[in-house]
Amino acid sequence: MTDTVLSVSGITKTFPGVRALDDVSFDVRAGEVHALMGENGAGKSTLMKVLAGLYKPDAGTITLRGKPVTITSPLVAREKGILLIHQELSLSPELSVAENIYLGAWPTNALGMLNKRKLRADAQRALDALGCDFGPGTRVGTLSIARQQMVEIARSQAFNADVVIFDEPTASLTDGERRQLFATIARLKAAGVGIVYISHKMDEIFEITDRITVLRDGQVQGTRVTADTDLAGITRMMIGRDLASYFHRAREDFRDEVLRVEGLSRAGLFTRVDLSVRAGEVLGLYGLVGAGRSELVETIFGLRRADAGRLVWKGQEIPFPTPRQAVDLGMALVPESRKEQGLVLGMGGRENVTLPHLASFSRGGVMDRGRERQVFDKYRDILDIKTTGPEQPVEKLSGGNQQKFVLAKWLCAEPALIILDEPTRGIDVGSKSAIHELIAKLAEDGLAVIVISSEMPEVLGVSHRILTMTEGRISGSFTGDGMTEQALIDAVSQPARRAVQENTA
Amino acid sequence: MTIDWQQALRRHGLIAAFGLFLAVVAVGADGFLTLGNILDVLRQVSITGTIALGVTFVVVTGRLDLSVLTLLTVIVVDQHNVVGPVGAVALTLLAGLAIGAVNGVLVGLLRLNALIVTLAMLSLLQGVTLWYSGGSNVNVAGAGETWFAVFGRGTLFGVPVPVLIFLGGAVVASFFLKRTEFGRAVHAVGGNETASRFSGIATARTVAAAYVVSGLATAIAAIIMGSRVMGAQNTIGQGYELTVLAGIILGGTSLMGGSGSIWRTVIGITMLGFIQNGLLLLGYEYYVQWLVSWVVIIAAVWLDLAAKRGRVLA
Amino acid sequence: MTALAARTRGAAADWLLRNHIWLFLALAVAVFSMASPYFLTVNNLSNVLTQAAFIGILAVGMTMVMINGEIDLSVGATLALASALAIGLQPAIGVWPAVFAGFLSGVALGALNGTLVALSGMHSFIVTLGGLIGIRGLVFVYTGEQALMIEDFAYTEIPEVYLGPLSLTALIFLALAALFQWVLTGTRHGRETYAVGDNIAAAHDAGIRIKRHKIINFTICGALAAIAGILLSMRLGTAEPNAGRIWELWTIIAVVLGGTRLAGGYGSMWMTVGGVLTLAVLRNGLRLLNTPNYVELMVMGSVLILALGLDRVLAARKGAA
Repeated sequence: MTDTVLSVSGITKTFPGVRALDDVSFDVRAGEVHALMGENGAGKSTLMKVLAGLYKPDAGTITLRGKPVTITSPLVAREKGILLIHQELSLSPELSVAENIYLGAWPTNALGMLNKRKLRADAQRALDALGCDFGPGTRVGTLSIARQQMVEIARSQAFNADVVIFDEPTASLTDGERRQLFATIARLKAAGVGIVYISHKMDEIFEITDRITVLRDGQVQGTRVTADTDLAGITRMMIGRDLASYFHRAREDFRDEVLRVEGLSRAGLFTRVDLSVRAGEVLGLYGLVGAGRSELVETIFGLRRADAGRLVWKGQEIPFPTPRQAVDLGMALVPESRKEQGLVLGMGGRENVTLPHLASFSRGGVMDRGRERQVFDKYRDILDIKTTGPEQPVEKLSGGNQQKFVLAKWLCAEPALIILDEPTRGIDVGSKSAIHELIAKLAEDGLAVIVISSEMPEVLGVSHRILTMTEGRISGSFTGDGMTEQALIDAVSQPARRAVQENTA
Repeated sequence: MTIDWQQALRRHGLIAAFGLFLAVVAVGADGFLTLGNILDVLRQVSITGTIALGVTFVVVTGRLDLSVLTLLTVIVVDQHNVVGPVGAVALTLLAGLAIGAVNGVLVGLLRLNALIVTLAMLSLLQGVTLWYSGGSNVNVAGAGETWFAVFGRGTLFGVPVPVLIFLGGAVVASFFLKRTEFGRAVHAVGGNETASRFSGIATARTVAAAYVVSGLATAIAAIIMGSRVMGAQNTIGQGYELTVLAGIILGGTSLMGGSGSIWRTVIGITMLGFIQNGLLLLGYEYYVQWLVSWVVIIAAVWLDLAAKRGRVLA
Repeated sequence: MTALAARTRGAAADWLLRNHIWLFLALAVAVFSMASPYFLTVNNLSNVLTQAAFIGILAVGMTMVMINGEIDLSVGATLALASALAIGLQPAIGVWPAVFAGFLSGVALGALNGTLVALSGMHSFIVTLGGLIGIRGLVFVYTGEQALMIEDFAYTEIPEVYLGPLSLTALIFLALAALFQWVLTGTRHGRETYAVGDNIAAAHDAGIRIKRHKIINFTICGALAAIAGILLSMRLGTAEPNAGRIWELWTIIAVVLGGTRLAGGYGSMWMTVGGVLTLAVLRNGLRLLNTPNYVELMVMGSVLILALGLDRVLAARKGAA
């Protein structure tokens, strides 16, 4: 079957300060699994939301089975035959499987009564088509994540979807559940459904997809037949840039060890993690989404509890700190989500910048606005932050400027260790570069730096040493000549049980 | 020069509407805008106003507090006859702090739902009140001679003491909420609790402290109340908790937390007081104010919301 | 632990989470049966049920609103208004038209609340707080501070109908609970009410008419408050302007005690019935034991906090399982 089910042409979508999609065109055929790949911020998520009716494109056309369509809402997308399987499942846990599958489209009689028999029967048919082992009457909240995912996938049967889009579907699945998911996808394939598969995981891509389209910075780099290409080829398309332009590595001048972690474990998140970082060093932590890196650093910072392990700070073993104690010791954490974890959006830059160190900006408990203002001005200049003033609520700023405020708030107390979790996610290229320069400067000024990144060129460009993390374990350690794209990719693509334990310190 | 109508409405709409209201009533009723009447109104709102000063802290953290004026009033009046005015005041303040601490532990540390906890405490403490008062009313012994009367009935330079306590308290509270570390933490926790935690702020303790402040404020209000009435029935002050909340809401402080100020609360509470007073002077019964308050609250909050999101309908 | 044992433990925790109120109730009944010989008599239990019915009817309406993710603080005031109209209008238009007028007032006020919430986007706490204050004003305006009295005492005979030990009032309560439980489980409106409270984003994406459901649920709540008010007026023969004060708080306590969550998307009428009965049994039992009023209030407050804590612990345990 080689009919084209979905064709997307010239799609452009711009947000303030960022062009998320730039003249994107690709097509999906009936019965094919078409992978959509790219680094974080490449535009995959935006494209998917355009197809699912959550965003309206600024330009371009979408054609389904030869007819152009306008998708104004998720409901319209469903009617037209496009189904999105969200990463964060879009289900109602208290309702039954059948009710969730047909959410918004339940069969009712004139009195408003639910026709439960029909609903159940229809749902059963959808579940059978996918070979599900649970019944339509089950309360969705009692199902495992994998089964809940199946409920969402069952909507494709219920609404005769021609196109099903999977967004990072295996993030929370076990190996066995992943096998089942692939079996389900094979079923959909056989039925002539066109499947868009978004994933970071190379091994999956090469296992189940027919074609791959790579996005980079909102543009299509190319579409390849999976069988005719290889890891290197795809990686080159994803990264593509001259690695040198990403090169902002601080000169090597390592001093004393600042932090050492031994045997850190937390059930379900990470196991027996060892790492250490010295003043003046930039340690990169690379891995796929879901590897446990954020959880690891949150545990070090005191936001989560550890089950086992020890923490050594500047040569002395310390008990696991509370976040307050961590800050007072000299740790800093620039979190993954700047809007949810990094900033109080309603407050201005001045108040956000001084938040972790209120005591340093107060006298006898009273805040010293003059001093706060000074710090605000200082970092606004150093980091070149575009804002109208110290009181402008940071929610009005662009992502790049917001991130700079998050950085400012940690830098102003001169920490000994700064951990940056995906520091340039969703930020325009210009600001990205500025932040990389900053990271190098921080190391040269004597800070110990840990950078978590899922972006290959970024982590290769700024780090002195890279640890890879796979499914909760450290799967490799690379430095010097050993720090290559291929080495990193290999390390994170291995399933955990074959994790390599190299420790080149 | 372009005027941002949305911003202007949000910031000053409240005051403008209030001014308009005052003008209308002043025209319709004699003696409304006299100094004597104004002081009278302020005196009447000082009790709910004082409570509201403390509850504002809790609301800014994103929680709720239904105050327990009754119990504290009974305590102060009763203890006056047992340990004298100084002891009574001290004990009442302590009791207020203790109640606040209990609420603080339940809501701040154990993270139980604020509304339900304060409802439960309302019931619990009503029980304690009944037990403590033995079901009967208490009166201040020697009402004619005790200096205790000053809190509720005294005047200083022509200004009633309750008003001085309320407005003086407002100055202090505003200072704490706007200018201190604690106040900053309160705003941060209400604005984004996760980000506050990630910044090392002890969020549980901040919420608990807000409740303690609220308990203290209520205790002070109880002292004023007991002193004014020179007695306490075990039903005294019931229903005040909702007026307090209404005043805070009317003032523009968001129940979601993260924004708000003491002066907004003062304006909101005072507005309610002037509505009552103005309507009375215009010849309406006291309960008509409730109807007017209903309309005013809905209109004020809706307008504020509309200004924030840029359109009238949701 | 084996997978089966883990699943069983999970299922047990789940059952406990949903039905803990019945354990409370059973415990309370057991304790009071042993403590007082007057408790477990048909006469007493029948009275308890009748007395519970008023808060119970309010609670049925409140449950609909709460599962939808909202709250209604004005039910006590609506009850008072309906009560006042049902008695006050009788001389002018007759018994049943007056009763109907009282009922309509509840429907209208409920619809008003719902419309305000839906159209303005304001939090229902604020909207119904305004209603609580304002509707009470309406009551006072109508009654003029005096309790209204019935002229023909035949009016108070109306609820004195019994089916065995169950009074008409109690029957109406149970019938309404059953009716709305059916609505919650068998109608599109009911199931979508859950969906909206449970995951409003998913409901919105699925095209569910969120505003419509909110308006309907608030209208139901107002209507039921009116019914409770009318029944109260029949029982007492008078309509006091202060009737129903604080009752909204007790109603919320009963509903939450039963297990329905304030956050929405979770709960059932049976849970609410359990909560209402438990509350009533506690009060009755304590009264039979001649415990002072204050103990009753203290026990109520403590039980509610315990129930909250239990709900928190069970929900957390289940999430981790």
